[in-house]
Amino acid sequence: MGEVIVVTSGKGGVGKTTSTANMGTGLAAMGYKVALIDTDIGLRNLDVVLGLENRIVFDIVDVVNGNCRLRQALIKDKRFDGLHLLPAAQTKDKTAVTPDQMRDLCAELKNEFDYVIIDCPAGIEQGFRNAIAGAEKAVVVTTPEVSAVRDADRIIGLLEAAELREPKLIINRLRPKMVKQGDMMGIDDIIDILAVDLLGIIPEDEMIVITTNRGEAVVLDQHSRSGQAYRNIVRRILGEEVPIINLDESTGFFKKIKKIIGLG
Amino acid sequence: MLEFITKLFGRDNGSKNVAKERLRLVLVHDRASISPQMLESLKLDLIQVISNYMIIDEANLEVNLDSSGSTVALVANIPVKGMKRNAGDA
Ligand SMILES: Nc1ncnc2c1ncn2[C@@H]1O[C@H](COP(=O)(O)OP(=O)(O)OP(=O)(O)O)[C@@H](O)[C@H]1O
Ligand SMILES: [Mg+2]
Repeated sequence: MGEVIVVTSGKGGVGKTTSTANMGTGLAAMGYKVALIDTDIGLRNLDVVLGLENRIVFDIVDVVNGNCRLRQALIKDKRFDGLHLLPAAQTKDKTAVTPDQMRDLCAELKNEFDYVIIDCPAGIEQGFRNAIAGAEKAVVVTTPEVSAVRDADRIIGLLEAAELREPKLIINRLRPKMVKQGDMMGIDDIIDILAVDLLGIIPEDEMIVITTNRGEAVVLDQHSRSGQAYRNIVRRILGEEVPIINLDESTGFFKKIKKIIGLG
Repeated sequence: MLEFITKLFGRDNGSKNVAKERLRLVLVHDRASISPQMLESLKLDLIQVISNYMIIDEANLEVNLDSSGSTVALVANIPVKGMKRNAGDA
């Protein structure tokens, strides 16, 4: 029996889809059977991020309306046999699926997959309610900005009201240099305020843009910090204790001096 | 010079502390918003307790959360029609 995890945030554009794609790909790379569900109906993205946009025939609305069977709508990944995507519909709106239908869908997928990961749309309206309906665990994504953390706080409250307790936090787009300069909230600042457990920290990283452009997942890139960060998150999902990587740009004393006198 | 040193070691003068303080304040207000159902059941409980001591005008009772600055207060306006005779005794 698999586990159903919803990835949510409140504020848009903070990295839900990127995180869903990378957690899913990372788990599949370790041999697990994973189903990803895009619930952002009308604004589907996960297919493009995974590079699967050309393979879509049916979507989630077709499944709940009985136009096709669930199996027929699941798209197999290019690389990993265990990874599947259930795409969102692009031409319908969020009311085309109900929370009850989502619950049934998740229950069915759970029988066959080790992990079912749901990419939630931004906002707290029906799309959000659909996305969380069948979930057992929640991951909240935020960035180190006042507006994003505020929305995360609101989402955590709504998740708790829906009995999804103890959500785990991903802080995305952290810039260690700015934190060090005192110009960006750091990990402790955010954790103190939100009072939730940390699932991981993803640094701001060009490789995310580059891999996303290609429809690949940065979690498979062995050289980037963000790839490492997502691999660590995957191991934590699997229950391993992995320390949070030190994202400091190794500003040793001499480097700092060099920087000051303009050589760094 | 002092300013240079604090800049060098990234102390308190960055925008991060402004962000933290603004976030703290905004969350005080956000978290203080309680649902209408909860406010309604709080009202009913209040009426029950206060009625042991006073006769109150239930229809004109007002209970609200008032937030200003960095504090939040529960403000109740409860018109009293009369006192019960043996209220203090029990
Ligand atoms: N750590 C990062 N470093 C650099 N770019 C990033 C990082 N995380 C996300 N991005 C970029 O930010 C953009 C938004 O990310 P993404 O689509 O994952 O957010 P989202 O929360 O799913 O957005 P929406 O609310 O619209 O669904 C994308 O272009 C993505 O490539
Ligand atoms: Mg998205």
